[in-house]
Amino acid sequence: MNSSYLKLNEYKDHIIISSMGEWTLYNISTIERTLQKIYDKGIQKKIIWDFSNVDEFDSSGVLLMISFYNKFQKDHTVELVGYTEAQERMYRLLLKYQVEESIPKRADGLIYRFGKSVVSSYDLFLKFFDFSGYMLIAFFRYFRYPRNIRIKEIIHYMERSGASALLIIALTSFLVGMVISYQSAVELAKFGADMFIVDLAGISITRELAPLITAIVVAGRSGSAYTAQIGAMKITEEISAMRTMGFDPYYFLILPRMIALMISLPLLIFFADIVGILGSMFAAGMELNISYMQFLDRLQEVLDIKHFWIGIVKGPFFAILIVMIGCFRGLQVTDDTESIGYQTTASVVNSIFFVIACDALFSIILTIWDI
Amino acid sequence: MEMIKVRDVVTSFGSTVIHDGLNLTINQGEIYGILGESGSGKTLLLKEMIMLHKPTSGNITILGEDLTTIRYQDAQYLRRQWGILFQFGALFTSLTVAENVELQLKEYTNIDKKMREKIVKSKISMVGLPVRAGGLYPSELSGGMIKRAALARALAMDPKLLFLDEPTSGLDPIGARNFDTLIVELKELLGITVVMITHDLDSIYSIIDRFSVLADKHVVAEGSLSSVLESDHPFVERFFKNDYAKKRLNRSELSV
Repeated sequence: MNSSYLKLNEYKDHIIISSMGEWTLYNISTIERTLQKIYDKGIQKKIIWDFSNVDEFDSSGVLLMISFYNKFQKDHTVELVGYTEAQERMYRLLLKYQVEESIPKRADGLIYRFGKSVVSSYDLFLKFFDFSGYMLIAFFRYFRYPRNIRIKEIIHYMERSGASALLIIALTSFLVGMVISYQSAVELAKFGADMFIVDLAGISITRELAPLITAIVVAGRSGSAYTAQIGAMKITEEISAMRTMGFDPYYFLILPRMIALMISLPLLIFFADIVGILGSMFAAGMELNISYMQFLDRLQEVLDIKHFWIGIVKGPFFAILIVMIGCFRGLQVTDDTESIGYQTTASVVNSIFFVIACDALFSIILTIWDI
Repeated sequence: MEMIKVRDVVTSFGSTVIHDGLNLTINQGEIYGILGESGSGKTLLLKEMIMLHKPTSGNITILGEDLTTIRYQDAQYLRRQWGILFQFGALFTSLTVAENVELQLKEYTNIDKKMREKIVKSKISMVGLPVRAGGLYPSELSGGMIKRAALARALAMDPKLLFLDEPTSGLDPIGARNFDTLIVELKELLGITVVMITHDLDSIYSIIDRFSVLADKHVVAEGSLSSVLESDHPFVERFFKNDYAKKRLNRSELSV
């Protein structure tokens, strides 16, 4: 029963428990085990508990002492001796703040969590409608009073989300254009249909691939930035400050971003068209020995201008989706640091999904209209 | 015994010099205040003491360890012996108050769950929070409660040294005085040395044992209130020898 922290001495009519060493945080669990053993043994005599050899006592040591003092006290008299004045003061302090009430637990059950997520998804859905409604009104009012339009801001955002994305968009669309012709070249060569590579690449890039790639890159690059910027402004209460000063955040934060992206996204798509076709021309030249002049001649012949326009027209729609989702997610940020990360992730995932869904919708409608 | 020694500390960012040879000494068991104009580098000095920022030159010694030459392991050990109350609490927002207080106990000791909860409960009620506040997240607390919860977290490991960055800022006058009383009580009962940055005249008059005044990149006065008041530095004149400060001083003398 003896350890470096406790020593037991039995006498005829009493037991002396001597405490020694450092009764601090780092040793408490060892001491607790020894004390429990002593308690389990069942002492039938009067206990004298001596603290004169304790080197250091912190609040956890005193708490442990109190809990075992109470346990021993139930069966027999316990006398505490040898404590210093400082230890007694700490004892009184801790006794004063001892409470029976326990800390409420915040762990929720499975069904509760499921229900909560359903309700909050529904809530989010309604909030998005609310947001869209505001956006629509703000949009019309914006153009009814044109002096609200802040050209400088719009140009700033065009540079941030448009011009500075040129390099990454050039790189991705060049690679995609190249891969498309590279892969199909082998199959087409089997049928001797080499020249059709131009039709394939030209139409698929201008109509589908360039708009999609551009929108996905922009959603990852700028959509996340919108969420993080607006979310941070919400945490620091800048948005509340703007509101109280009469600066509508829809005019000052969201619409400039939206107008800017609605202008710059089609331009980026146009740029991606050129670079993508360049990539496929390059691959066709390497793989099928189609000269650049041949490729361009054929392109002029087969690429109907409508494919190009369809690709460009998708731009503003994708831009609206990306900005709306990015800004909406930003406004959903609450006071804690985790939510900014959560909302940014959700913003990118949502906007990529909705861009693709919107593209599918375009395909269906255009097929019905026979374009 | 000296807990903290600051010797010839110089801090500069490029050509901007913030501290130009600071010297001060903090003794065991005292409540020590650091006072100064905004921009005089009080918070920076505190950051240098708690190893968040390295001074450009000079030495800081805490609990016998020289911070300029301290080894990683010793630094980690030293960090467990102090508690810090940041100006805005800096509670971890993803954890409840109880989890915030419990965190270090869980990481650094092998105390079992039941005992940990006992310790956490005693710390939470010690700083004057109801125990049920332990289940709340920081975003659900008021400003005063955040300060108290952050103090409970700072006290979790029974520190020998407590750093407080403007502990009463943002509290109402009554809350601020209660907080002062709490600090004195903790200092006396737990034998903690307290270092605090403060602008609060009432705190300076009522609870601080000694303090230093930072101005013009130097410590322009150090000592008890009466010895600082003897200084004729313009900042001391401006801060203590105006009508408002004099009125306050008279009132706190009356109440003592």
